Amino acid sequence: MEKAIDKTGVKIGMWIFLYSEVILFGGLFVLYAAYFHAFPEDFALGGKELNRIFGTANTLVLLISSFTVAASITAIQQRRKGLAIGLLVFSLLCGLTFLINKYFEWGAKFHHDLYPNSDRLLDSDPGFNIFFGLYYTITGLHGLHVIIGMVLLAISLVLVAGNKISAERYAMLENSGLYWHLVDLIWIFVFPLFYLVL
Amino acid sequence: MNEHESEHILSYGFLAQILGGLVLLTAVTVGVSYIDWGFLNVPIALFVASSKATLVLLFFMHIKYEGMVIKVSFISTMLVLAFLISFTFWDVAFR
Repeated sequence: MEKAIDKTGVKIGMWIFLYSEVILFGGLFVLYAAYFHAFPEDFALGGKELNRIFGTANTLVLLISSFTVAASITAIQQRRKGLAIGLLVFSLLCGLTFLINKYFEWGAKFHHDLYPNSDRLLDSDPGFNIFFGLYYTITGLHGLHVIIGMVLLAISLVLVAGNKISAERYAMLENSGLYWHLVDLIWIFVFPLFYLVL
Repeated sequence: MNEHESEHILSYGFLAQILGGLVLLTAVTVGVSYIDWGFLNVPIALFVASSKATLVLLFFMHIKYEGMVIKVSFISTMLVLAFLISFTFWDVAFR
């Protein structure tokens, strides 16, 4: 006998996990709000050090990859396996592009002597140091989520190729997609708070 | 039972329109950031970000087509988050 699959239950489980992620990042945003309130001038100085072009480019990369992941689910539903694989490969390349951008961005900060415990940060006002502490914590944790999301998408890609994910059963792809969209959602808030408002 | 919810298929064109909206909102938020709106900087940026998040949640994440359990639990999570942020910030701001 075929084992019955509770599609709704599978999705609810993923959503409950995503709620915990929302609260995790929510806590960090609370820290940001409280310290921004305490040190508005230092935060403004810190924000000037960040590159708007890098931030915007990474925002677009994540938005496009979210679209291709959503489209890959449509492709699976329509039994277009080749298209689904192509869209997932493209999404993974977007994730990689994001990480490469982040590498150069962090590299430029390191070059300007802006990294945790650097002489410049230790000698500066506490608010400036806290700004970069939050910057590295939040973008670092987000970057970790990008890597996890890419692993999930890569697993889905292999399963699609091996016909384990099909139009009848694609919960794994759907849940990996949800995780990827969450990564995008978090970046939607990180981007203006660090790169734009200051 | 909930077959029609999980089987809802979104067309590529529709998803592309959502992406277009998201890119447009990104252009708006980057564009207005070059003007100094004073204390309105943060509210404007958060308003645009929330609009973008709503598009992603409703369509890319299919919340619009989900059942009550996911919709209600999601809204509850947002309320918890709102309380968490507003009460903590309230405390900090008026200490």
